[in-house]
Amino acid sequence: MKRRDFFKQTLPASVTLPALLNGFSVKAFTGASPLVQALMGTATDTDKVLVMIQLNGGNDGLNMVIPIETYSNYYNARANIAIAQNKILALNGTSKTGLHPSMTGLQTLYNEKKLAIIQAVGYEHPNFSHFRATDIWMSASDSEQVISTGWIGRYLNIEYPNFPNGYPTAQMPDPLAIQIGSVANLAMQGPAFPMGMTISNVNGNYLFLDEIGDPPTANTPWGKELTYIRMIMGQTEKYSNVIRAAAAKVTSQGSYPSGNDLAQQLKIVARLVKGGLKTRVYMVSTGGFDTHSSQVEAADTTVGTHARLMARVSDAIKSFMDDLKGLGVDDRVIGMTFSEFGRRIKSNSSLGTDHGAAAPVFVFGKNVRSGIFGTNPTIPTGAGGNDNVPYQYDFRSIYASILKQWFCVNDNDLQTIMLKNFQNIPLCVNAACGATGVDDVIRGDGEQLIVNYPNPFVERTSITFNTKGGHTLVQVMDTMGRVIKTLTDKVYTSGTYTVSFDGYGLPLGVYYARFQNGATQQVRPMLKTR
Amino acid sequence: MDRREFFTLKRRAKATSPKPYAGLRQIYSGLTPYTGTWTVKEVSHLLKRTMFGAKKADIDYFLAMTPSAAVDALLNVPTGLPAPPLKNYDNTGIDATDGDIAVAQGATWVNTVSDDGTANGNRVNSLKSWWIGNMINQDRSIREKMTLFWHNHFATETIEYERGTYGYRYNTLLRESAVGNFKKLVKDMTLNIAMLRYLNGYLNTNTAPDENYARELQELFTLGKENNPNYTEDDVKAAARVLTGWRIKKEDETIFFNANQHDRNSKTFSSFFNGTVIAGRSDAAGAEAELDDLINMIFAKSVEVSEFIVKKLYTWFVYYTIEPDTITNVIKPLAQQFRDGGWEIKPVLATLLKSEHFFDILSQGCLIKSPIEMIVMMMREFDVAFPADYENQYYMWDYLRSQATTMQQNLFDPPSVSGWPAYYQVPQFYEMWINHDTMPKREMFIDLLIVNGYTRNNVKLIIDPVAFTENSFPTAVILDPNTFIDAVLDILYRVPLSATVKTNIKTQILLLGQYDDHYWTNAWFTYIGDKTNMAGYSAVFNRLQPFYKYLMNLAEYQLA
Repeated sequence: MKRRDFFKQTLPASVTLPALLNGFSVKAFTGASPLVQALMGTATDTDKVLVMIQLNGGNDGLNMVIPIETYSNYYNARANIAIAQNKILALNGTSKTGLHPSMTGLQTLYNEKKLAIIQAVGYEHPNFSHFRATDIWMSASDSEQVISTGWIGRYLNIEYPNFPNGYPTAQMPDPLAIQIGSVANLAMQGPAFPMGMTISNVNGNYLFLDEIGDPPTANTPWGKELTYIRMIMGQTEKYSNVIRAAAAKVTSQGSYPSGNDLAQQLKIVARLVKGGLKTRVYMVSTGGFDTHSSQVEAADTTVGTHARLMARVSDAIKSFMDDLKGLGVDDRVIGMTFSEFGRRIKSNSSLGTDHGAAAPVFVFGKNVRSGIFGTNPTIPTGAGGNDNVPYQYDFRSIYASILKQWFCVNDNDLQTIMLKNFQNIPLCVNAACGATGVDDVIRGDGEQLIVNYPNPFVERTSITFNTKGGHTLVQVMDTMGRVIKTLTDKVYTSGTYTVSFDGYGLPLGVYYARFQNGATQQVRPMLKTR
Repeated sequence: MDRREFFTLKRRAKATSPKPYAGLRQIYSGLTPYTGTWTVKEVSHLLKRTMFGAKKADIDYFLAMTPSAAVDALLNVPTGLPAPPLKNYDNTGIDATDGDIAVAQGATWVNTVSDDGTANGNRVNSLKSWWIGNMINQDRSIREKMTLFWHNHFATETIEYERGTYGYRYNTLLRESAVGNFKKLVKDMTLNIAMLRYLNGYLNTNTAPDENYARELQELFTLGKENNPNYTEDDVKAAARVLTGWRIKKEDETIFFNANQHDRNSKTFSSFFNGTVIAGRSDAAGAEAELDDLINMIFAKSVEVSEFIVKKLYTWFVYYTIEPDTITNVIKPLAQQFRDGGWEIKPVLATLLKSEHFFDILSQGCLIKSPIEMIVMMMREFDVAFPADYENQYYMWDYLRSQATTMQQNLFDPPSVSGWPAYYQVPQFYEMWINHDTMPKREMFIDLLIVNGYTRNNVKLIIDPVAFTENSFPTAVILDPNTFIDAVLDILYRVPLSATVKTNIKTQILLLGQYDDHYWTNAWFTYIGDKTNMAGYSAVFNRLQPFYKYLMNLAEYQLA
């Protein structure tokens, strides 16, 4: 029996039980405690949500979180765009670091202990290309490593391994992840399918034609594309009703600034969270951060393009947080901002900054451990055109910490998702994660077509699959999408079969067993360990 | 491999090389000229990939040629330019002193400098509409498709450079270079006013070099980012220094060289470029010579440049999966031809488009139409009637532009300097066009165009299902619902429908649930016997409209 089922069946809400749970006495908690509610899995309060805010173009972190401590070096490196020291917004409890003058909303959140600032987030061998750097952040790869899946996609694939076969299900009737906008992105890409849904309008609905078309020939490129389009059509229809219903439940919301695209996207997120969607991850984005030129006005460096961008971000997050509080769901939501890179320490003569390296990340929410993580970036005296902010925190440590502390992902799964071990930064508080692993009920959801045992494995593992008959393919791929081994590739009669995979000599890490039967596909992550 | 061979042959016993994820192709054909069957299907494939859609009249035109002659004809692009975009807006909100005021409505604005924000906003919309119009009214050549290819390759955004005139000069360069010399285009693009403005070349100065263009020149325009080894960060900085000093004179929109802002020191490049040193020079001619040196140095990495561009052409015209067999059989020999031929685009396209590989069954039907392709193809293939006067034409083109934008393809304003993700984002590529937001938008657009039409200024843009049927197919073909469906599918679809599905469509839609083909035959007879009889007309209209709507609503319609 799963741990959660056990509690569901044996623990009445109002009674305390002298049992031990990972060393905690459950007696210490009443039925109203978050821990018990989390274990019960019945209250919507346990549905934690992560909101990712992407700042497209490479944000100038040094003019956002300003190192007052080394102000003169900061000023000398970028005199034409530096923020005057007396204009920098102060933060409670520190005189070393302040915020861009347009970020009054985030200043308030910080002083209310709802904002964490993580200094100099980046990775080794930073890449300066927009699209490669964006891919690195979305896939959570090393700088030199090309990975064709996204970190959120891998997380959701661990949680809902059978998706999309048989989905939506009773346990998970809602989209796994929602991206507000019209462009899907790599972060939500699972090993074989996009795990997220892309929407711009919560009231959108379209009745697609029933699938009377022929089953495509899966081994042709057109068969692959046709299957994909039909899958999107099917999902859109299934999920558009639940999204509309959730949106319709929320009739009043807090105010959001108009003319702020980020605020308008976050407003949709607040509405869907309050409306009861079980969706775990939302992604929103806003652009214009590639400020090679004219990022400030020459006459007053506190106004101009970058000031408007900073205000957009700050105002949007503040109104979102206020709204979540008003809706009574602020316990459930944390968010983080990120950009593909920061910008150069030294400004250029066009009142702008060129592509750089590390930059600060904000993590916000009622359950965030507020404060400043790390130290101000070192700015050399007389910074040259090549000087960059070196990274203090790997961006993947933030992802991993959130998965572990907010979504209760256990260490084994965490390694499968993040592809290696990363530093744990104490970023957020979720009592449930202190005591239990992830909700494993949902893992049985959908139609399971392929499993392996043991997993993790040392050298060999057995892969069992369930084919409807006809041509069936089982391949093992690495994280770069390369086929390592084709285990079977032939016609079967319907039934359950087992093949063996020998991973002797392969590097430790994550592999995917990919099952393909006609138009149906499913992948199973497998972890090779010592 | 031809279609029959594909469906009858057993799978090849052993793949010669490991297949990449989602590749699923076992395609071994190469660049040998295609000599297989030449039917409506193959012509339709060629036209859907090289033009915007396969119009029936165009199919008939090219069907009369050999495959090789058809490709040559498509590559024989006209030298003249289309008539320039017109002032389709009034002077409301434009500063009284601005040059645009003097341009008469209905005249072109491209020769008049304007600094006014409102005027330029209107000009940009005029320009975008105009390009849609050019696509719809394209001649029988590859030019418009290649112009869009180059726009995706050398991406710029009006939202950055703002001026309509810049956009027109940029688009004109792309169109004039459609099948020209790539190396020349790289140089021309470097000093193009829109690009100079877009990637900050006009601000690039010796005291603080701006690396924006220098980086993209290497990463996105010529070498790509996946070479090993590759250019270094220092090469980006050195290239930026080579490119310092070029300026824009906004008053008359000329480009000039400011020697005082040019870096006259010599520039040393990394071992990737064999430690090339470009000597610093001081006047405009010298700076241009430095630019030539820079481009020569980059193009000396001829394998990298040629393979990068050939792969981009392949992804645009064939498919996005390039497995090892295709590298060997297609990419490498084409790249060799490209560099041996002095960077001429036309012969490379000729080889690719005439090849067995291009006509391989596994190269067909797998391209997901971009929003622009879906919209313009629909207009052309259904021969949708447009108003004759410029004002209403621009209204309609503008509507189509806005629809493509909501489906995520905003002409003249791609999302970034990388172009549209459908042509580079691993692993989804074309699938990036289709998601839960854009798919319903495509369907709603289809429904509007076939059912109610889009009306503006009392003019309606709508698909006429009866006229299309009548103008496209011989009466004998239309009279038999079975041959009729096949003939329609040959134009609209590039993937097969099974007999079961076709029978179902015939029975449910053309025969209104009955089982006798004569119901349809008689209806069409009645209609052509007396076209003034409204009952006869509506009988066929009421069958044909849902018939075409149905075909467009199926997922198959999204493929080309």
